[in-house]
Amino acid sequence: MSSPVVEGLLRTAAPRVLVALVRRYGGFDACEDAVQEALLAAALQWPDRGVPDNPDGWLFTVASRRMTDEIRSDQSRRRREDAVVLAEPRGDLDVPDADDTLTLLLLCCHPELTPASQIALTLRAVGGLTTAEIARAFLVPEATMAQRISRAKQRIQRAGARFELPPAGAARQARLAVVLHVLYLIFNEGYAATSGPDATRPDLTAEAIRLTRVMRELLPDDGEVAGLLALMLLTDGRRPARTTPDGALVPLAEQDRSLWDRALLDEGIGLVTAALTDAPLGSYQLQAAIAAVHAEAATADDTDWPQIAALYELLEGIAPSPVVRLNRAVAAAMVHGPEAGLDLLATLDQDVHMADHHRVAAVRAHLLELAGDREAARKSFLDAARASTSLPERRYLEGRAAQLREAD
Amino acid sequence: MGEAGGLASPGMKYLLLIYQNPAAREALPEPEVTAMGDEVDTIIDELVETGEWVGGEGLADPSTARTVRVRDGVAAVTDGPFAEAKEQMVGYCIVDCESRERAVEIAARWPDARRWGMEVRPILSPDGIEM
Repeated sequence: MSSPVVEGLLRTAAPRVLVALVRRYGGFDACEDAVQEALLAAALQWPDRGVPDNPDGWLFTVASRRMTDEIRSDQSRRRREDAVVLAEPRGDLDVPDADDTLTLLLLCCHPELTPASQIALTLRAVGGLTTAEIARAFLVPEATMAQRISRAKQRIQRAGARFELPPAGAARQARLAVVLHVLYLIFNEGYAATSGPDATRPDLTAEAIRLTRVMRELLPDDGEVAGLLALMLLTDGRRPARTTPDGALVPLAEQDRSLWDRALLDEGIGLVTAALTDAPLGSYQLQAAIAAVHAEAATADDTDWPQIAALYELLEGIAPSPVVRLNRAVAAAMVHGPEAGLDLLATLDQDVHMADHHRVAAVRAHLLELAGDREAARKSFLDAARASTSLPERRYLEGRAAQLREAD
Repeated sequence: MGEAGGLASPGMKYLLLIYQNPAAREALPEPEVTAMGDEVDTIIDELVETGEWVGGEGLADPSTARTVRVRDGVAAVTDGPFAEAKEQMVGYCIVDCESRERAVEIAARWPDARRWGMEVRPILSPDGIEM
């Protein structure tokens, strides 16, 4: 049995086993640690010895042993008994229902936690990733990530959260919105990482898509869940074209669209089209709809910019943010000319909270170039490069500035 | 330009450079030096606990530094630090935290910040989003 197959099995089994353990013993924190230990044991043993007939039962048994050991705290006995227990899994676990997985997701994305902690805990408890894998994904030491996870669990405990689904209604909807945001952040983290140099980093876009598919199975009628999944698929579908072989970023307008993954894009288009028809409008659906317009354009010149501009206006109506305004400025420039975009951009200068200064400067540079003001464009690209904290983005922006100088 | 952009990352790494004036530091009475060390230990323990600590170390005295410059393929090695300045880098740490404001807040707690200064520098990420 190859380890990627084992890895896949473990990741899907993790939340089921965790839920069963919490139901049996209570105490989310200790149960979660026990499941992680069982997953690590399985990752070591299954590739060589083969996957047991009842993988969930095996994991549940090993994790249960850890739990009872915790209670007995008898080190020498544990070592003697482990050999027997690992060889003979016993007992079936109750199959958790859909609500249990949802409860688990809501708990991991508890509003008391910081986004970084929500992400780490979701990836471990629901995603079945190991602490080491999560640490590699975020380029921090394993000890740092382990501490983040353990602190997150302590916080949940201190907040008095229980393993219960909040009652249906506005409160549950608000908690679900946090889960979607966490999945969105996981996706973005993975998407940005594709240009990174380390091939051993786990693919967080695949993980985010997998977890969002789980969400969609749990909530098939939720338009925003469908919208988020569509947005991920429509973004991920462009991944093969977004970097050159040496890792340089390729802007959307210059991407080789024949490299786009049509199957992912088509699935995304189908999902968002259905959601827009059936469900109340939401921001993920609108973002997905915008991505779908790009996906439907055979070339950059074929892009239906008036439709994109209209969708951004709708998006700004329901979820206004400086980032949405920034993107609206690009669309406005493509429809009405660069001056229209620059005018909208000027309204952002008053927004001192815009953390993405380099993005504003990059868009301004792009629009100034379109307007024919090459020197101002060059200065703005350099301004953007200096403000960027991403190495590939800085290289791209410096490259654009250099091109403008050379062409003079 | 596409529809992507403004994709907030939940954390970023910052290098905190710790600066001291070596002459002033040598003139400090021993109990104060010990107190500074204890204070730093406490801060580091807290940062480990919050999951923000990535790593860090103190440096040996600037007088032990060697500065290397290669010109025309020839390495010229001189004694002492790169910049002749009253204040010198004596240590560093790396934190992974939510915002620059938080990184500055951490730096402000260092005892060296009260006497000399700390420099907070975002670390370039190898990740990026096309525009």
